[in-house]
Amino acid sequence: MTSREQILAKVLQHQPDAQPLPADSSTVFPASNPLESFATVLRNIGGSCIEVDDYQAVQRYINDNFPGQRIVSTLTELSAISEQGWENQDPHSYADIDLAVISAHFGVAENAALWITEQLMHQRAVPFICQQLAVVLNRSEIVQTMHDAYEKIGNTDYGFGSFIAGPSKTADIEQSLVLGAHGPKGMTVFLLG
Amino acid sequence: MSLGTKDHAALSDIFNKDEARVDWHDETLWFVRAKRDKAANSIPEWESLREAASQIKNNVLSNLHDYLIEFENQAKINGVTVHWAADAAEHNQIVHAILKRHNVDRLIKSKSMLTEECHLNEYLSKQNIDVIDTDLGERIVQLAKEPPSHIVLPCIHKKKEEIGELFHEHLGTPEGMADPVFLTAAAREHLRETFLTRKAAITGVNFAVAETGEFVVCTNEGNADMGAHLADVHIACMGIEKIIPKRKNLGVFLRLLTRSATGQPITTYSSHFKKPRPGQEMHIVLVDNGRTTQLSRPDFRNSLKCIRCAACMNTCPVYRRSGGHSYHTAVAGPIGSILAPNLDMKEYADLPFASTLCGSCTNVCPVKINIHEQLYKWRQVIVKEGYADPKKKVAMKVMELTLSSPTIYKNAGKAGRWVMKYAPFTVNNKLNLWYQQREMPEVPKESFGEWFKKNKKND
Amino acid sequence: MNVGLFIPCYIDQFYPNAAIATLNLLNKLGITVKYPVNQTCCGQPMANSGFEHLTQGCNDLFIDNFSEFDYIVSPSGSCVLHIKDHLHSPTEENKALGIRKKVYELTEFLTDVIKVEKLSARFPHKVGVHQSCHGQRGLMLAQMSELVEAPYSKPLHLLKMVEGLELVELSRPDECCGFGGTFCVAEEAVSVKMGKDRVADHLNHGAEYITAADMSCLMHMEGILRRQNSQVKVLHIAEILNAQ
Repeated sequence: MTSREQILAKVLQHQPDAQPLPADSSTVFPASNPLESFATVLRNIGGSCIEVDDYQAVQRYINDNFPGQRIVSTLTELSAISEQGWENQDPHSYADIDLAVISAHFGVAENAALWITEQLMHQRAVPFICQQLAVVLNRSEIVQTMHDAYEKIGNTDYGFGSFIAGPSKTADIEQSLVLGAHGPKGMTVFLLG
Repeated sequence: MSLGTKDHAALSDIFNKDEARVDWHDETLWFVRAKRDKAANSIPEWESLREAASQIKNNVLSNLHDYLIEFENQAKINGVTVHWAADAAEHNQIVHAILKRHNVDRLIKSKSMLTEECHLNEYLSKQNIDVIDTDLGERIVQLAKEPPSHIVLPCIHKKKEEIGELFHEHLGTPEGMADPVFLTAAAREHLRETFLTRKAAITGVNFAVAETGEFVVCTNEGNADMGAHLADVHIACMGIEKIIPKRKNLGVFLRLLTRSATGQPITTYSSHFKKPRPGQEMHIVLVDNGRTTQLSRPDFRNSLKCIRCAACMNTCPVYRRSGGHSYHTAVAGPIGSILAPNLDMKEYADLPFASTLCGSCTNVCPVKINIHEQLYKWRQVIVKEGYADPKKKVAMKVMELTLSSPTIYKNAGKAGRWVMKYAPFTVNNKLNLWYQQREMPEVPKESFGEWFKKNKKND
Repeated sequence: MNVGLFIPCYIDQFYPNAAIATLNLLNKLGITVKYPVNQTCCGQPMANSGFEHLTQGCNDLFIDNFSEFDYIVSPSGSCVLHIKDHLHSPTEENKALGIRKKVYELTEFLTDVIKVEKLSARFPHKVGVHQSCHGQRGLMLAQMSELVEAPYSKPLHLLKMVEGLELVELSRPDECCGFGGTFCVAEEAVSVKMGKDRVADHLNHGAEYITAADMSCLMHMEGILRRQNSQVKVLHIAEILNAQ
């Protein structure tokens, strides 16, 4: 008997009588202004929220705040200010990216998490290895809670996807919050539109 | 990670020699509990969310066989290799075999309580494989050659000055430097180098979805992602109870997990791993290691609902004042005390007694495990199985005799308040542990029973 | 209404005044109470130590003493909870079940059964209330700080009827005092530390008296207060509700 068979047999023998799944959970208390809630939570968790009208404004902001740095982006709208041809390199070569600018499918008002799948990262390592992360989000793409988030994701196929909420952080040393544990030290969300 | 023959009481005694440090430890963890309260109170439907999570987990346990098969099938379709390990030894061998096949002798690991439970690091180190833990807290205790003292905050027992000394010794930071920002930056540099040079990464698993074959790993630091996305081989280790039925169930658990753990609305990264990236190998090791035995115990099986948030540790007045190491097991605190006796009842016979049964753990638990009731029930099992202290047995026999007979009880009372000798607080009265730091109650001139006889009578 | 008074062993032996106050308070509220003189103990000290299998003698005695009553009232939340959760009988399970349903801790009896709205009591002092865990979390005498639910408190509801009494707020409203039955000696270091911390919270907020619906917690805190030569006293809630 393999371990697989052995484990499954023991589970079958010992699992309790069937218990039903509860009804699906849904948002009970929606925020009156999800955009405002998203922005407030994002600031509380160490991110910054910039409202912009168009990609021109995004470019201006990046030029002003990240001059002379290694910038990569998955967004063709930002090709003027970002490195070209980075997508197919060994992920280790991204270790010195100063700023990565990507987009998100949507954001979640209750926790400022952004749902980003591999398709929007081009390379999985990018949003984690960069020193600073910026994410462009259409301001109409904010859902209330994680229940709505998974409703929206549905049964989409992806190889990898992540909810990213703010910059990398740790409080492992005496509960002192420090931004930039291993991943990005800062996170800027451009709310577009 | 047994700390010798000392039990929880003896280890707590040592911890309590430095009262100022106990105060610091207690207040640090109480601060986390307070943050949890604030986060929970921001969700008016908190209690119904807990109920939903509890019901989902009950469903998982009742249908685990089919969910495991469904998960395995989906994961295989996704291009992931699935392994099954009956116990810790087999788990360690499976991991080792994968590494050997890739000629890997150095790897990185993000937080996984399962690998702590299986003592994977020790095992691999004996095979000359070097493991670096990448969670900052875990790296700190690894440098200190200690086990984690808390499942979410592994080095919560360490002061920043001590961490500064460790970093000075191992990472070359300036002597006396204890600023958390500086020390975190130093660890970032040190570990970034490690991330870039290791070909294999091990991660834990927070949730594994039967419906899709994907698994979710939650971190704040991003260390699981850094490791997995840079490595050629990603091995994810999980207990079989981590399965949940559907992707949408994640909505319930991700709303509860981090609010319960640290009071954050969600972890910085909740990463859903479904398929290996092109050219990468992805493995999942499904581990039993006593879980099916726990499943066979009706009184204790729902401990398998645990999502490892550690809220029960932060709220536990005993944990806060005894420290995680006093539990001498990978998962400390109240939840550890109901999990550990299943693994080794003799070794962990002390743990269900390391509680006042106050019940706060049960109330904070996001999946509604009746922790304090299980502590009570484990006590009965441990005594019945013969792991109780023989002196206690004698005292209990005397108590049984006295309390079962009104006559003996009254005479014993008259003969000098028998309670002084046999009451709960002086059972072990050889050295009278009550009196060392507390005054005994003053003995009244008469008992209530005696007063009643003199002054009142039943109509 | 046929009410039986259940006085736990350690109250009988050490704190007769709490028992007397309970009896007098109930009488004052017009309740006639019977005290079965052959009672001893609920068996909790053994059961919490893992020796529940030795408690059948206590259980049988409890059933003999108390099955005749409509209500059983006791000034100890912990002992009441033990009876509610663990009183069983291989031969008279129906009687045991009956008792489990009709046993009440004093403040819940006054609040839920008698529905007391007024008390003639006066106690012009600053009082800290210790929420004993078994009463609070087991019998749900008061809302628990861990839950996201509307607040309520049966002991506070009653204490607020006492003239002149000033309640002090605590930093940690419902942390355990560390007594825990045999825990207090088996885990002496942690138990004492918990007790000291609990007492300090009351002292820091200016309490002159610490009260509770459970005498065992008060016994623990009293042991610590007296060792510290503190002037602060412990009093069972019945003694305050009955104070003049």
